[in-house]
Amino acid sequence: MRPVPTVGDPVARPGRIRGGRLFAALRLRKYVLVCVGVVVAYALVALAGYAGLLPDFQERVGASYEPPSWHLSRILGTDIFGRSVLYKVLVGTQTAMTIGFVVAAISIPIGVVLGAVAGYYGGKVDAAVVWVYSVITSIPSILLIIAIAHVLGKGIGSVCLALGVVGWVGLCRLVRGEVLKQKGREYVLAARLIGASDLRIIWRHILPNVLHLPIVTASLSILGAIKSEVILTFLGVGIENGESWGAMIQDATGELAQGIWWPLAGVTVAMFAIIYALNVSGDALRDALDPRLSD
Amino acid sequence: MIAYIAHRLVQTIPIVLGVAVLVFVLFSAVGEDPVRLALGAHATPETIADLRNRWGLDDPLPLQFVKFLRQIATFDLGESYNTGEKLTTIFRRGAGVSLSLTVPPFLIGILINVSIALLVAYYRGSWFDHAATALFVGSMSISYLVYIIAFQYLFAFELDWFPISGYERGVASIPYLILPWIIIVVVSAGPDIRVLRTVFLEETRADYVRTALAKGASERVVLFRHVLRNALIPILTQWVTSVPFLILGAFLMERFFSIPGLGDILINAIHTGDRPILMSLTVLMAIGYSVFNLITDVLYAYADPRVKLS
Repeated sequence: MRPVPTVGDPVARPGRIRGGRLFAALRLRKYVLVCVGVVVAYALVALAGYAGLLPDFQERVGASYEPPSWHLSRILGTDIFGRSVLYKVLVGTQTAMTIGFVVAAISIPIGVVLGAVAGYYGGKVDAAVVWVYSVITSIPSILLIIAIAHVLGKGIGSVCLALGVVGWVGLCRLVRGEVLKQKGREYVLAARLIGASDLRIIWRHILPNVLHLPIVTASLSILGAIKSEVILTFLGVGIENGESWGAMIQDATGELAQGIWWPLAGVTVAMFAIIYALNVSGDALRDALDPRLSD
Repeated sequence: MIAYIAHRLVQTIPIVLGVAVLVFVLFSAVGEDPVRLALGAHATPETIADLRNRWGLDDPLPLQFVKFLRQIATFDLGESYNTGEKLTTIFRRGAGVSLSLTVPPFLIGILINVSIALLVAYYRGSWFDHAATALFVGSMSISYLVYIIAFQYLFAFELDWFPISGYERGVASIPYLILPWIIIVVVSAGPDIRVLRTVFLEETRADYVRTALAKGASERVVLFRHVLRNALIPILTQWVTSVPFLILGAFLMERFFSIPGLGDILINAIHTGDRPILMSLTVLMAIGYSVFNLITDVLYAYADPRVKLS
């Protein structure tokens, strides 16, 4: 029998410096490295798409609804117009990764800045920020996203904006709570005594101590955005023209009953790999940066 | 206690007001014109003017907003643009349907997920724990849509065990609901069990656990008798918070299985531009969310004497 307060994970061993612990975490577990590699590979596919290196998914490569065969362009079969499912999945990867990164790039800075300002200054500023995020959290998020995307019109830009505007709330609450805690520590008092300005205290002293929150949130917010895009597109407020995984899944609903399983299988596997990898990377980052939470 | 509840209820007023403003601006000021959506491209100017007048859209926006607030405050919500039916009737009917879809899997899920999470926490660090974690992360990595499409295809279309879609009132609805129930239970298992496992393991670090072990209680007794009871407090409050979302239903499920719940009503309203439904439902959801948050906090203080309400 093991003693109950287990710290089974070598990563969670206390007393090492933060950066060292992060690298130790990533080196110690091979499957975490594989997952990080998957995320990098997907990002590279997206970059290749922007560099014009991905094959044209609109081109016909065979007959309509050809099942998978041993030929690169038809390895995942073809769709109703004889287009390669593989190429469509790759373009969908570009869309998904773009949405993931843009949403994270919108929501994380908003969450950190508002959370830090609210937690540090308190008073009216805090009340205002808390009011804004209370309003946003009391509306079911998918409803608010649908409403915003509906108002802004269809397309990748409005999906990103809608997800980003709604997505900062959770991080803001975390950062605010942590800054509130850090504000009372001696090092902040010491910095103030030597005459550091508020901005400097927040930026140079407090922020590095709460930085693990946005880092861990990043992978979760990317995967959340990828999952949400699929649902938004399915509901008809997302992306049109079959350039996304959501649009492919929407098409697959009718195709499955005709025995055409390969488009759905292709999208599901592609999505599974990236979301699984982001989940594992996020957990590994959390364990490495915030050992209190690991088990 | 009563002072606390009153204080909290007063605090929700600005939040609900904020939601009302946000929703009103989103749908009235920037959204598409519902009259055009309803009448199509070939409507004459007279019919357009007539309908605008009937729906009160010619009033200045502040007046429209005040009217909207009065509707919310009096729970006299007006009528749907599309069917002319009273919103209160539509919502009551839809909420009943949604609850019949979401409550049974919610209760079954609690039972299953707590049991599995306890088991996983008991065998923490072993191959069983690692395999279970991998399985649950894997199950979370598949889109909700894919679950619905695949289960509907496999169990309703291919194997013909359940009807593909539809709904009937009362007990006759059960055959239609079993498959959606199963999907909800399966989809919620992954995230729920992971959270529960963390809660249980967090609890095993408490002092009372060390004391119980020191006096010679076996690990099994400690986990199932002491840890489970204490961990139920945070778990319970988490469940209460999710109750308002049960009323809204699982809207994707309702769409795929043609179940006429609130979620389905909402999505239809988005597509047809039925503003009264969208705005009222959103604000009602926000009120429900605030109230259940309050209930959660009160319950928490009631279940755990260490928590002081202030």
